[in-house]
Amino acid sequence: MNKRYDFSDHTDIAIVLSGEAGQGIKTLEYVLTRLLKKQGLNVFSCKEYMSRVRGGLNSIQIRISPEKVDAWVDRIDILIPLNPDLSRLEHRISSKTMIIGEKEKITTKQPVIEFSFQAAAEAAGGKKYANTVASGLILSLLHVDPSLLDTYLSQKFVDKPQKIIDANLEAAKLGVKKGRALVEKGVVKIQMVPVSKSDEKILVNGSQAVGMGAIAGGCDFVSSYPMSPGTGVLEFLAGQSNAFSFVVEQAEDEIAALNMVLGAWYAGARGFATTSGGGFALMGEAMSLAGITETPAVVHIAQRPGPATGLPTRTEQGDLNLALYSGHGDFVRAIFAPGNLDQAFYLTANAFNLADAYQIPVLILTDQYLMDSAYTIPVWDLDPVSVKKGFVKTDSDYCRYRYTRNGLSPRGVPGYGKGLVCVDSDEHDEKGRITEDWKTREKMMKKRMKRLKVLEDKALMPSVHGNPDGDIVVVAWGSPHNMVLSALQNAGNPRMKYLHFSQVYPLNPRVRDTIEGAKKLVLVENNYSGQFGDLLFKTFGRKMNEKILLSNGFPFSTEFLTRKFKKIQGD
Amino acid sequence: MSKYELPFDIDMAWCPGCGNFQIRKSILSALDELGQVHQTDVVFVSGIGQAAKMPQYLNVNYFNGLHGRALPVALAVKAANPSLTVIAEGGDGDMYGEGGNHFLHNIRRNIDITHIVHNNMVYGLTKGQASPTSQPGMKTGVQVNGVVNEPFNPLAVAISLGASFVARAYSGEIEQTKDLIKMAVNHKGYAMIDVLHPCVSFNKVNTFKWYEENTYKIETHDETNRSKAWELAIKPGKLGLGVYYKNEGGKTFTDSLSCYQKDRSPLYKRKRNQKKLAELIHSWI
Repeated sequence: MNKRYDFSDHTDIAIVLSGEAGQGIKTLEYVLTRLLKKQGLNVFSCKEYMSRVRGGLNSIQIRISPEKVDAWVDRIDILIPLNPDLSRLEHRISSKTMIIGEKEKITTKQPVIEFSFQAAAEAAGGKKYANTVASGLILSLLHVDPSLLDTYLSQKFVDKPQKIIDANLEAAKLGVKKGRALVEKGVVKIQMVPVSKSDEKILVNGSQAVGMGAIAGGCDFVSSYPMSPGTGVLEFLAGQSNAFSFVVEQAEDEIAALNMVLGAWYAGARGFATTSGGGFALMGEAMSLAGITETPAVVHIAQRPGPATGLPTRTEQGDLNLALYSGHGDFVRAIFAPGNLDQAFYLTANAFNLADAYQIPVLILTDQYLMDSAYTIPVWDLDPVSVKKGFVKTDSDYCRYRYTRNGLSPRGVPGYGKGLVCVDSDEHDEKGRITEDWKTREKMMKKRMKRLKVLEDKALMPSVHGNPDGDIVVVAWGSPHNMVLSALQNAGNPRMKYLHFSQVYPLNPRVRDTIEGAKKLVLVENNYSGQFGDLLFKTFGRKMNEKILLSNGFPFSTEFLTRKFKKIQGD
Repeated sequence: MSKYELPFDIDMAWCPGCGNFQIRKSILSALDELGQVHQTDVVFVSGIGQAAKMPQYLNVNYFNGLHGRALPVALAVKAANPSLTVIAEGGDGDMYGEGGNHFLHNIRRNIDITHIVHNNMVYGLTKGQASPTSQPGMKTGVQVNGVVNEPFNPLAVAISLGASFVARAYSGEIEQTKDLIKMAVNHKGYAMIDVLHPCVSFNKVNTFKWYEENTYKIETHDETNRSKAWELAIKPGKLGLGVYYKNEGGKTFTDSLSCYQKDRSPLYKRKRNQKKLAELIHSWI
């Protein structure tokens, strides 16, 4: 007699698929999320994986709900291990976790519902169909019409021999059969009533959101060196480069990548690079070059745990300091940190206009967690997005660094107008010619730094959640946002206010007002030392009273933050 | 006076007698004689070093960037606006040392630019250390026991990587250098000229006299034959001046870019297709 699993009171079901790299769990994720979305449900998925091409132990979390679902949880309601080794998931498995797989082989203290995906796959035509068996099983547990899967498989493999299509359909059927049996015997109870119209929502991940944001921002030149987890954006943009007619070039290294971006902006294009912390470390000198030459640039940094190679496929927010201080000398920059997919799209799009208008490098800080997270969101409205190109047609007496009241000189482009556009990494005069005149140096420093004040005043304020008058103030930036929101709700502490920073530099001076009255400041950061907390202290003189930090390579889970928030006392 | 001379006084930072003055002369007359090139379409991209200061002393567009990094910038300028005449210029330390990786890969790209490298076999601006092309035995403040590394052979490297135009000049041969620059600018594809010249302050080995005695003008050579070109480039003894290798008609970097297949206009003139963007977003429904 199997144990019974009653999920009928769950507002969402958390499914985890685990297996080796190469077993097709990524395909499984794709099929399940698309079909469940089609069914009118909201889905969230994210992967955690090892830095290898084959083997190892990877897992994908899929959450399904009639309501909005957009955050990482530890909880596993249904576990489908295509590989029997559960050592990396054991701490997340409880007596309530329904595990379906090969009892004999699986290493866990919890009961397992016997079913061999491998055997079913082999019966259908071969081991490689195990993931299709799993998709049939899962969809039937969620009461999805099996014909949806059949249609999908027939379309997907339309160019393949009939044998392959038949084997997939048979594998799906065997999975559905097992799933139905479990439902009919009352082993599992799930109630999921679709509420949303699926055609009003899109399902995208963080890489796609940043990539589409770049296209919306008028990006027409991309140069990058592949580095996880920043590569997803590069591949996405390369995939769109023919359709949208822009340049994508794989640079020989990150040094070249950012220098190319600057060359592109100099010539009037809108350049963009995507990388991770290690790659951005190599871009430091070119950041500085952007600073002195007043050349715009947009760089996306998808963070992963360092130092050095660190944990290449995992997540962290450890590169804020690098982003803040990269490049020698004093110059102005802006740094955005999207907290969700909407922000990833809109902030990236806007980064191009901001870089252009203020002639500065603008950085977008994301991380592996955000890049690999996909969930259903309303279709983006394109009205607030526009491409405002900031260059001018030059006259014959054009000077690239003409002194102006606000420190911003009209930016010319070579070949557009009668003037010559001369930019220099040496200190220079208004014409862009090398100078060592100390008075000019002082004037030029002031000219370049003057825009900081405007950028501070324009800087995005943190979004406010929870009790706006709460005296326990939680502070977070970037990708932990959705987990913090869920945990805030779970903790239910009426004294809690939560501030999410989607712009981390420069900080708006008015931020002072939002933290000043706090009895307790609680910092949430996915890194070891609390880098943003240090920045707030440096800027406003307020120290964090509590720090909730994590640097084990995983994102914060909703449960972890809920537990931490519940422990927080006001006094 | 050349229209590429600056209309105001400039204080050139080169040492009296520097070979760079001669190279400047060759560049000015080459640009003047390249009648089809519009002055406002000429962009010099340079790195850092005494050679890289050249654009400062010319009436052209320029991007004087970082040490070693002129080529990536030059590539992007050309890729963003193929109608510009792009010339990357710098010294041996800049282009072969710090920028070595970019040298290798931009040859492979066959980007349609002219690459002028002033090769004086020594570091000038940092006061006399060995450069990648310094000859063995040369003693410097850092190589106190003399240079031991095998000198970098830019021509052999460029030819072996498939560079489509490879030449060597000597600053003392102003007329020939000018002709080579004109050929390089007119060449469709990556064109490199390694320009030998003395450093009067720091290279006491490779002096004017040394160059006069150790160079010769290439006369009988099939410049379309890549193996012969390579042989010539690695031949010990005197250094040949002229075109080593030339391969016309190859596809350049911008020829291969999809964005220029139907439309040759520079990227700055283009508009993003909002309708297509909306379609892309809706494709994720």
